Amino acid sequence: MTELKNINVKENTVGSQVTTKDSPIIQTNKEVVFEAKNFNLWYGDNHALQDINLTFHENDINAIIGPSGCGKSTFVKSMNRMTELVPIVRTEGSIDFRGDDIFTSGMSVEELRTRVGMVFQKPNPFPKSIYDNVAYGPRVHGIKKKSILDEVVEKSLRGASIWDEVKDRLNDNAYGLSGGQQQRICIARTLAVEPEVILMDEPTSALDPISTTKIEDLMQEIKKDYSIIIVTHNMQQAARVSDRTSFFYQGYVVESDDTKVIFENPSDKRTEDYVSGRFG
Amino acid sequence: MSNNNIREQIVKNTRNKSNMFERIIPIILLLITFVSVVATIGILYTLISQSFEFFSRVPITDFLTSTTWQPYVGDGEWGIWALIMGTMKIVVIAAIIAIPIGLGAAIYLSEYATDRVRRIIKPILEILAGIPTVVYGFFAINFVNPILQSIYDGFGLYNAVSAGLVVGIMIIPMIASLSEDAMSSVPQAMREGSLGMGATRLETAFRVVVPAAFSGIIASFVLAISRAIGETMIVSIAAGSTPNASFDVTEPLQTMTGFIVQITSGDAAFGTNLYYSLFAVGMSLFVMTLIMNIISAWLTKRFREEY
Amino acid sequence: MTLIDKDIIAKKRNGRQSKNTILKWLFFLCTMFGLIVLIMLIVDTLMDGWSRLNLDFLTSFNSSRAEQAGFFGAIIGSLWLMLVTAPVAIILSIGTALYLEEYAPKNKFTEFIKINISNLAGVPSVVFGLLGLAMFARALQLGNSVLAAGLTLALMILPVIVVASQEAIRTVPASVREASIGMGATKWQTVSRIILPAAIPGIVTGVILALSRALGETAPLVVIGVPTTLLVTPSSVLDSFQAMPMQIYSWVKMPNEEFQYVAAAGIIVMLVVLLLMNSAAIFIRNKFSKRY
Repeated sequence: MTELKNINVKENTVGSQVTTKDSPIIQTNKEVVFEAKNFNLWYGDNHALQDINLTFHENDINAIIGPSGCGKSTFVKSMNRMTELVPIVRTEGSIDFRGDDIFTSGMSVEELRTRVGMVFQKPNPFPKSIYDNVAYGPRVHGIKKKSILDEVVEKSLRGASIWDEVKDRLNDNAYGLSGGQQQRICIARTLAVEPEVILMDEPTSALDPISTTKIEDLMQEIKKDYSIIIVTHNMQQAARVSDRTSFFYQGYVVESDDTKVIFENPSDKRTEDYVSGRFG
Repeated sequence: MSNNNIREQIVKNTRNKSNMFERIIPIILLLITFVSVVATIGILYTLISQSFEFFSRVPITDFLTSTTWQPYVGDGEWGIWALIMGTMKIVVIAAIIAIPIGLGAAIYLSEYATDRVRRIIKPILEILAGIPTVVYGFFAINFVNPILQSIYDGFGLYNAVSAGLVVGIMIIPMIASLSEDAMSSVPQAMREGSLGMGATRLETAFRVVVPAAFSGIIASFVLAISRAIGETMIVSIAAGSTPNASFDVTEPLQTMTGFIVQITSGDAAFGTNLYYSLFAVGMSLFVMTLIMNIISAWLTKRFREEY
Repeated sequence: MTLIDKDIIAKKRNGRQSKNTILKWLFFLCTMFGLIVLIMLIVDTLMDGWSRLNLDFLTSFNSSRAEQAGFFGAIIGSLWLMLVTAPVAIILSIGTALYLEEYAPKNKFTEFIKINISNLAGVPSVVFGLLGLAMFARALQLGNSVLAAGLTLALMILPVIVVASQEAIRTVPASVREASIGMGATKWQTVSRIILPAAIPGIVTGVILALSRALGETAPLVVIGVPTTLLVTPSSVLDSFQAMPMQIYSWVKMPNEEFQYVAAAGIIVMLVVLLLMNSAAIFIRNKFSKRY
C-alpha cells in the first residue's frame, strides 16, 4: 500500500493527467498541488523542521496534527512564505506549488499568497466594515469596479455561510461581530481572491463549539472548489473533517496517510500514542 | 464561469504589479527619518561652531571659573557660574515644591483613587501641562508675586521664589503622571501580597510600591528637573535679568535661558562677543539637560527591565 | 508560646489606620493642588482680562497705547505659523514613525536614531531657537519670517509626534498585518490601507497635542526675533509676522500696568484656542481607543 502510493506521487509530480487517470488507484485522479521535498527550516539555531517530505492533493482536506511546538504551524506558514516575516528564518530543500518551487521559481510572494490563501488562529478582521474586509483582497489586486466587487463580496460571504447573518449590515465594523462570525468573515475574505489552496492555522482554536461546527461544515462545502490544509491540535476535528492526516512530532513528519488509517491503524507507535491521547 | 474570471484577473494583476513603488517608499521614509538626525547635527554644529568662536575671544577658563557675568562692562566678564547659580536657585525651589506634591498626587492616583476619579483628574493634569509657559510667567508676576510680597516685604518685583514656585507648578503634572505610570506598572500581585497580610494602603504604598517603582520615580524627577533647567519664559518674566551668584532668593537673578532671551530680544548684533556668548550659554544649557535626560532614560530603561 | 503578641498588634492597628486616612487626604490635596492652581490661574486671568476682551481687541492691530492694543495681527500670524509647522511636522514625523515601526531593520543604526529622537525631545525649546537663529534665520537668510519660525517649531515638536505615532502604530495587532500580507498585499498596501487608517486616531491626537504646544511656544520666537509691532499681516511665508504667545510676552514685559490687562485678554484668547484643541484631542482619543 505504502509503496504503491509512493509511485503515484512520483507520477503526479510529472503532472500528467493522463497517466493518473489510467492508474487503478482512486487517489490518483486528484492532481498534486503541494509537494515538500526534503524541506528544512531553522529559526536562528533552532532546527524547527527537518527533512519534511509531504504531498497534498487537490480538493482534499489535509489535516496536520501534533503536539505544541512540533512545527505544524511553521510548516503551513512556509507554504505561502509567511515565515519570511521572521527575519532569522532560514530554509533548505523545496516546496513545490503545482510543480514549481515556491522559493526559486520566480513567482512573486504576492502572487503565491494570492493563490495560496490563509486563515489564522485567531479571527483577525481588519478594523473596517464587513464589506471592506471582504473587498480588501480584490481591491489590493487591482479590481476596482463596484459592480464586480459587490458580486465578489456577496459570493464570498455566501461561500463562508455568513451572508444571511450580515447582509443587512455590510457597512458595520467587523469588530462588532462575534468571534465565530469574525472567523467566517476572515474565511470569506480569503475566498474573495479565489485562491487555489486555503491554509488554515488552527482556525477554530479560539471559538466555541457551535462556531466550530459551523466552520467545519463550511470546510466540507468549499472543498469541492479548494484544497484545504488545516493545522489542528484537536484530534477529533482532524478525524471529523479531513481526508488525509499528517502527524508531526519534534519537527519531523512521523506518519502521513489517509485519515482513517492514521486514526484506526497507524503504523508508528508515536502516532498511535498521540491519537489515542497518551501525550500532547 | 465568473469564478475563473476573477481568479485569472487577480493573478494577472498581481503579475503586472509594478515593484518600483514598493522599492522607493522605504527609501523616501529613510530619508525623512534622517531629518531628525540632521536636526541634532544642526544643533550640535551650531552650538559648537559658534561657541568655538566665542572661546577664541574669551578664554574658556574665565568662562568656567568666574562667578561674574557682566556682558556690558568693557569687554565683558563672562563667568557662567553667575547664570548657573540663577538656574540652580530656580530649580531647587521648583523641586522643593514639585517633588512632594507631584509624588503625593501620583501615590493618590495609583494607590487610592477609583477609576472614575482617575479619569477626571488625568485630563486636568494634561491641561495643566499644556498651558504655555508665557501664561505661567504672567501668573507668577501678577498673582504669585503680589501674594509673596504681602507675606514678606523683602521680595522685589523680580525674585527667585515667585519664578521658582511657578516653575515647580509647571513640572508637577510631569512628575505626577510619570511617577504614576511607574507605580501603576508594579504588578498588582505585589500589592495584594502586602494588603492581604493586613497592611494599610499607606504601608503598602511606601514599603512595597514606591520601592518597587523607585528607579521609574527617580527618572521622573530627573526629567522634570531637566525641564526646569530649560524653562525659559517664566524666568524671563518673573526672575529678572541681574546675573549674580548669591544665595539670596529675594533678589532678582538671571538664568542661562533668561540670558538668551534677554539678549535676543534686543541688542545681539551679529559678530559681537554678546552674539557668540548666546551659543556658549546655549551649549552649557544643552549639555546639562542632555546629561539629565540620559540619566533619566537610563533609569527608565532599568525600571522597565525589572517588570 | 507565640512570638507575636496579638494584643499589641490590635492596639497599634487604630493608629496605623488613622495615619492611612490622614495621608490619604493629604495625597488627595496634592492631586487637587493642580486643579486649584488651574482655577486660580483662570480666575485671575479672566478678572484681569475680561474688561479688555471685545471685538475691537480681536480685530485691531497692536498699538503702543494700551487702550488701543489689539490681538488681530498675532492671531493671524499664529495661523500662518501653523500653516508651515503643521504640514512639515506631520509629514516628517509620520514618515519617521512608519520607517521606524514598519521598515527599519533591527540594528545599531535604528537604535541610534531612536535614542537620538528621544534626546531631541529633551532639548530645551530655547536651544531650538538658537538653531533657528543660526540655521534658518542667518545661514538660509530667512530672517524672522513665518518659514524660519515654522520650520524651527516643526523640528521642536517632531519627536513628540513621532513617539505618539509610533505608539499608535504599535497598537495595530500583528495578526491584522499578517492577514493583509497573507492575502498577497504588498508591504506598502498593508501599511497604507490597514495600518495607517487604524493608527490615525492615535496619530491625530498626538498631532493636535503637539501643535497646541507649538502654538503656545514663545522662547524660540523670541530668539529668532519675531516682531511685536507690525501693522500688517503676512502675505507669504517669507514675510515676517507676529504670534500670540510672543505678543503676550511683549505686553507682560511692558512697564505700563495697563498692558497687563491687555496681556490677560490675549491669554484668554490663546487659552480658549488651546482648550479647544486639547478637548478635540482628548475626545478623539476616548472615542477611538480600545478597538482591539
